[in-house]
Amino acid sequence: MSVPIRKFDAVIVGAGGAGLRAAIQLSEAGLRTAVLSKVFPTRSHTVAAQGGVAASLGNSEEDHWHWHMYDTVKGSDWLGDQDAIEFMCRKANEVVVELEHYGMPFDRLDNGKIYQRPFGGHMSNFGEKPVRRSCAAADRTGHAMLHAMYQRNVKANTQFFIEWMALDLIRDDAGDVVGVTAMEMESGEVYVFHAKAVLFATGGAGRIYYSSTNAFINTGDGVGMAARAGIPLEDMEFWQFHPTGVAGAGVLITEGVRGEGGILRNADGERFMERYAPNAKDLASRDVVSRAMVTEINEGRGCGPNKDHVMLDITHLDPATIMKRLPGIREIGIQFAGVDAIKEPLPVVPTCHYQMGGIPTNYHGEVVMPKNGNPSEPVPGFYAAGECACASVHGANRLGTNSLLDLLVFGKSSGESMVEYIKAQPAAHKPLPANAADYSLSRLNRLDTQTGGTAVGATRLAMQRTMQAHCGVFRFKNMLDEGVSKITEIEQQVASTEIKDKSKVFNTARLEALELDNLIEVAKATIVSANARTESRGAHVRDDAIDSPEFPDGRDDANWLKHTLWYREGNKLDYKPVNMTPLTVDTIALKKRAY
Amino acid sequence: MTARTVEFSIYRYDPDRDEKPYMQSISLELDGTERKLLDALVKLKDVDDTLSFRRSCREGVCGSDAMNINGKNGLACLTDMDSIATPIVLRPLPGLPVVRDLIVDMTQFFKQYHSIKPYLINPEHPPERERLQSPEDREELNGLYECILCACCSTACPSFWWNPDKFVGPAGLLAAYRFIADTRDQATSERLDNLEDPYRLFRCHTIMNCVDVCPKGLNPTRAIGKIKDMMVRRAV
Repeated sequence: MSVPIRKFDAVIVGAGGAGLRAAIQLSEAGLRTAVLSKVFPTRSHTVAAQGGVAASLGNSEEDHWHWHMYDTVKGSDWLGDQDAIEFMCRKANEVVVELEHYGMPFDRLDNGKIYQRPFGGHMSNFGEKPVRRSCAAADRTGHAMLHAMYQRNVKANTQFFIEWMALDLIRDDAGDVVGVTAMEMESGEVYVFHAKAVLFATGGAGRIYYSSTNAFINTGDGVGMAARAGIPLEDMEFWQFHPTGVAGAGVLITEGVRGEGGILRNADGERFMERYAPNAKDLASRDVVSRAMVTEINEGRGCGPNKDHVMLDITHLDPATIMKRLPGIREIGIQFAGVDAIKEPLPVVPTCHYQMGGIPTNYHGEVVMPKNGNPSEPVPGFYAAGECACASVHGANRLGTNSLLDLLVFGKSSGESMVEYIKAQPAAHKPLPANAADYSLSRLNRLDTQTGGTAVGATRLAMQRTMQAHCGVFRFKNMLDEGVSKITEIEQQVASTEIKDKSKVFNTARLEALELDNLIEVAKATIVSANARTESRGAHVRDDAIDSPEFPDGRDDANWLKHTLWYREGNKLDYKPVNMTPLTVDTIALKKRAY
Repeated sequence: MTARTVEFSIYRYDPDRDEKPYMQSISLELDGTERKLLDALVKLKDVDDTLSFRRSCREGVCGSDAMNINGKNGLACLTDMDSIATPIVLRPLPGLPVVRDLIVDMTQFFKQYHSIKPYLINPEHPPERERLQSPEDREELNGLYECILCACCSTACPSFWWNPDKFVGPAGLLAAYRFIADTRDQATSERLDNLEDPYRLFRCHTIMNCVDVCPKGLNPTRAIGKIKDMMVRRAV
């Protein structure tokens, strides 16, 4: 079957922070660039980021990129690649200053410089004491950033395809990426976007879990498309549970609340983090705080009638500070917890927040996979950045404010790499494979004709509940085993989802079915990778990992200091080494993590 | 959390299937966990997957789920279920072409937003580090930069209904003032020129529907008033 073909130099899928930052690079270089997004760009989930973006500007006190790098390596529990981490931390000042130049309304210090606040895991002098490194626009940093970058793209005349859903990646016989298929949501028409280079900037897939801070749209579309196209997924067992989601609602409460002085308390009113992290206390890294909270709840010191959450207390802060620095949080408290944070503490619980793993890339934003003995051979024409990608800078646990930094740094570097690559290509595009759209069309055709199938909503819910119960903050061998078989069963149901809505026009039922195709790949990759990794590291903590001086907190560097690679075909795993060699400085040597 | 049945009356139109739009009465069993209208809509969609609406963040920052709720524009995700009057009457945002059900074509809305050049204009070569801005100057942007482009305001404005192609509308004008008010922007007079027109700015008759509906508590009318003041001041 033939479908219309549109030809561009570059196609970017996703118009959140990473996609928009890359688009600026490509558009300003004068390349014909199409940016596809299933939502209007400012509705992308970057908009919900609150607390800030990390950069060692040192506006309030001494800071250094090398300290930031140390914190990030330590935060990653040494699973992050040290070349990529050095690259990101060294680039931070540059990309944050650029944002300011684009017009981002950062808060300001009295001297007119960008306001910075403390954040979990960010310390001065190689782990000594908390440092003010998070550059913030009140508690709406992501909103301010996303709008500023969209506005810069308006200025650069970037060509957007808004409310277009990418369906599948197109690779030629050599495995090179030559485009994507996509559907215009308003008409239901499928097109081929033929390109010299494709960037996936499709965000995370936090909706594989039942309780998530993530938006409905965070369905891992790029990750699913990559997996279906034979690209392995890296470190998918590592999911961040943010300590402070509103209990029951899941809505995010920024760590910036604790940066501004907020305290976590259990049912006894005790500041329990003092016991778990005597030095950093409430500003320990997120995996540490989330585990502490769940431990408090499991040991009966949770709050509320069901003792199922703890309290985040800012009632001791000056109301003026709250209104100035955390106005959005106060609104969220009133809207989603029925609590005015100025007067009463907020009920919070660890909530799925961020996907540390993803499509494997190097720090140039090139997608890499094992080939001919090289564990990280670039896939020609394919790039990924932001939450969907795994560079890997976050390793086993991401530090707060490093996600906005990640999408800026790697959005920019992937854009630069694409400009360079496209300019070195011959004028003519590599040919499309025959029937490039057939696979996508067959998926749509199945949905159009499926009868006696399963409902999308119920199937998705079954997946989310399984992931929540079997692959959460604490992981248990028997639960993981059981989870793998449950997800395998649910996968069968996903293959036969049925929708009643057959309309061509803005068919959101079809969209949700297609999103579920992507989610299930992420769920499989996650639980299979988690089941195989028999140690505890960062956000992945198992009951059967041995905790001893040789294996601090259950971390087994001798066997598990390596990245997982999950392949969809055959549901099989492979591993590749962690890059312990930074670009210019000495290796940050392995040691036990303590905050 | 008590169970109850809630009645809805929802605007339905699928151009692929329906000759013309109609209001559909639906009742839904709620179990009490549906805090917001969006939660109920998601439940309704589980029952009837043809019901079409936009939604994303479900916390009032992305601006996707704007609709007309019991006659007033608002975000479904910020509308409390326990205080809403029933039957709940849901219509698409007024004044824009309907694509399907509660989904409107926002082209005209964004065209007006783009028309005010919604980006910082400063031809000077940027400094090595951040441009400096005092906290007081930065505070001028509060109440302006928080706009989520949901279009509740512009589609509540009769002037925008009558002249969506000529009147910038409250959202676009709020954005225009956001850049005028920014000490880093150097295009104030160009921006005022761009609005010096019987329609683009001056169709605002300060009836303040925009203020009344803004789910973020912003005040486009005040911003428009400030632009008008600047126009007057530069004329004398």
